[in-house]
Amino acid sequence: MIAIGMEGSANKIGIGIMSHPKDGSPPQVLANIRHTYVSPPGEGFLPKDVARHHRTWVVNLVKGALKEARVSVEEVDCICFTQGPGMGAPLQAVALAARMLSLLWGKALIGVNHCVGHIEMGRLITGATNPVVLYVSGGNTQVIAYSSQRYRIFGETLDIAVGNCLDRFARTLHISNDPFPGYNIEQLAKQGKQLVDLPYVVKGMDVSFSGILAAIDSLAATLGLGGEERAREDAEKASNVEQTSQDQVQDFDSDNKPTRADLCFSLQETVYSMLVEITERAMAHVGSKQVLIVGGVGSNERLQEMMGIMARDRGGSVYATDERFCIDNGIMIAQAGMLAYQSGFRTALQDSSCTQRFRTDEVHVKWRED
Amino acid sequence: MADEYKPPALPAPFNNTNPAPELLTQGAEGHLYKTFSLDPSIPAALKVRPSKPYRHPILDRRLTRQRIIQEARCLTKLIREGVSVPAVLALDWEGQGGDEAGWGGAWLMMEWIDGPVVRVVLEQWEAWMKKNASSLDVAQLEQENARVKALLRRIGKTIGGLHKAGVVHGDLTTSNIMLRLPTEDIEAETTPTGVSTQGEVVLIDFGLASQSAQDEDRAVDLYVLERAIGSTHPRSEPFMEELVHGYRESHRGATSTLKRLEDNPVPLSNAYSHMDRIDLNWILKTPR
Repeated sequence: MIAIGMEGSANKIGIGIMSHPKDGSPPQVLANIRHTYVSPPGEGFLPKDVARHHRTWVVNLVKGALKEARVSVEEVDCICFTQGPGMGAPLQAVALAARMLSLLWGKALIGVNHCVGHIEMGRLITGATNPVVLYVSGGNTQVIAYSSQRYRIFGETLDIAVGNCLDRFARTLHISNDPFPGYNIEQLAKQGKQLVDLPYVVKGMDVSFSGILAAIDSLAATLGLGGEERAREDAEKASNVEQTSQDQVQDFDSDNKPTRADLCFSLQETVYSMLVEITERAMAHVGSKQVLIVGGVGSNERLQEMMGIMARDRGGSVYATDERFCIDNGIMIAQAGMLAYQSGFRTALQDSSCTQRFRTDEVHVKWRED
Repeated sequence: MADEYKPPALPAPFNNTNPAPELLTQGAEGHLYKTFSLDPSIPAALKVRPSKPYRHPILDRRLTRQRIIQEARCLTKLIREGVSVPAVLALDWEGQGGDEAGWGGAWLMMEWIDGPVVRVVLEQWEAWMKKNASSLDVAQLEQENARVKALLRRIGKTIGGLHKAGVVHGDLTTSNIMLRLPTEDIEAETTPTGVSTQGEVVLIDFGLASQSAQDEDRAVDLYVLERAIGSTHPRSEPFMEELVHGYRESHRGATSTLKRLEDNPVPLSNAYSHMDRIDLNWILKTPR
């Protein structure tokens, strides 16, 4: 059986094709292609621009995916698409395309919860059976565990997502959004040495990031580290090796004023500690020793390292995936959609409108029985 | 499995005491041991917050220190105000590591409270009543219910005292309320159930406590306890009003807190996380 997955809840449009062989052998990824809308440094992406981007690319990508997978339209069983949560306009653009393909080709339509897509893809790739899931991205921050056919949310952010906090700080520093802001923060943070004091906000199993963002933004402003000019200086420094070694000597001599790298370093250390802490609580609660990290922020190596140390001390292990599967993609929607399709789930045309708010625990996980 | 888990080495001097501290419960945050203070004949409770190697060392020290001091401050304040909680005996936020010298986490030593937690008392009572309630006559049944009602009223009064002192517990469940066994030989209750409800009500585990006088925070304490009793002690739940009654009489601010409670103090998402924390405690505090 073959499913096409269409994802476009944020600034990436991804089309993926999954095959679940009838003989019961493991599912296979036939195609996984993606195109990202990148905004200039210092700016975020606006829903209308992203929607336009998705509309422009969707036909090309579907054609490309079919070609790469070497499947004909006749062989496809269902069209799966992200029904939410996400940004309204981009979601609508992709849902419209999915509806059209379903009607045009006469295929079943399957609406998929974006978070469940991440979880199912992570489980498939890593082979983790019943992990505590940390789902961290630009729009979501949740600690999830499975219990009687629901993915239950144990803890979550009370305001903005952790990825949003990182993205917005990248804007303050005018760090490039290519390939994505979090990656560039991570690279800059590697040069950071000094830990500055930031708020640390954990309430039970919930976290909050807006205060941290406000604190570090104002710190950057006070130290005069924000803005385009400083970003250019940084770039010049990086390109000039000789000067870099000189600067290091200078840094050593100068007073302990935090640098841009120090701020990135401190922000990462603080927010990732919070995430690992709430994950550990959830693990203690459900008695699980596996952690699965999914979502775009999950590709951060420092987060994976910290989670690894925590899990090791509890006698467990971490499952993480690389950019191909962590960051929003089409196959995760195809995978979760296929599981739902096989359990008899269908989305009728009149029920196929998408929603910006779609809680992970609203989905009836009919395909799991444990 | 949980029994494979090896807790981190104890900070000095507890790595070297005889008899060695006995591990009672372990959570994500801290480990609770039974040990002694100064002399082996004086039992004491030891709460250890081990260092978290995944965190940056500066951040780790800052958080561990903040949290253990917060807990100790709440306890000493409550002792001063005459609320019955375990007294603080000793505290070290710069605890030395067990195996190698260096940072090993923080620890807090507290007075040992001898007695059962209310969760166990109510569970035993409910189990007995479920099996044998039909064998009691009306007067005996009335008497049994009255005993539990009186207990809940005493609990309400103690929580009132806590809030009056300007502290909220943050994790109020029947696992965190104890009955201190009476020291003098007072006449034991004669009860068909064999479950004693005697003893002073003592509140424990202030790991999530904070200083607050806001009705919202106070109401959350009561709400969490109400939900905890409702889901684990169904037979005692109808007596919740006794607890509320005891609370109302305890201090002047109680009325506005109870009004806040009636207005449903917690948004649903919050209520969720509070419920999860309760479950967490039940799991952790149930002897294996």
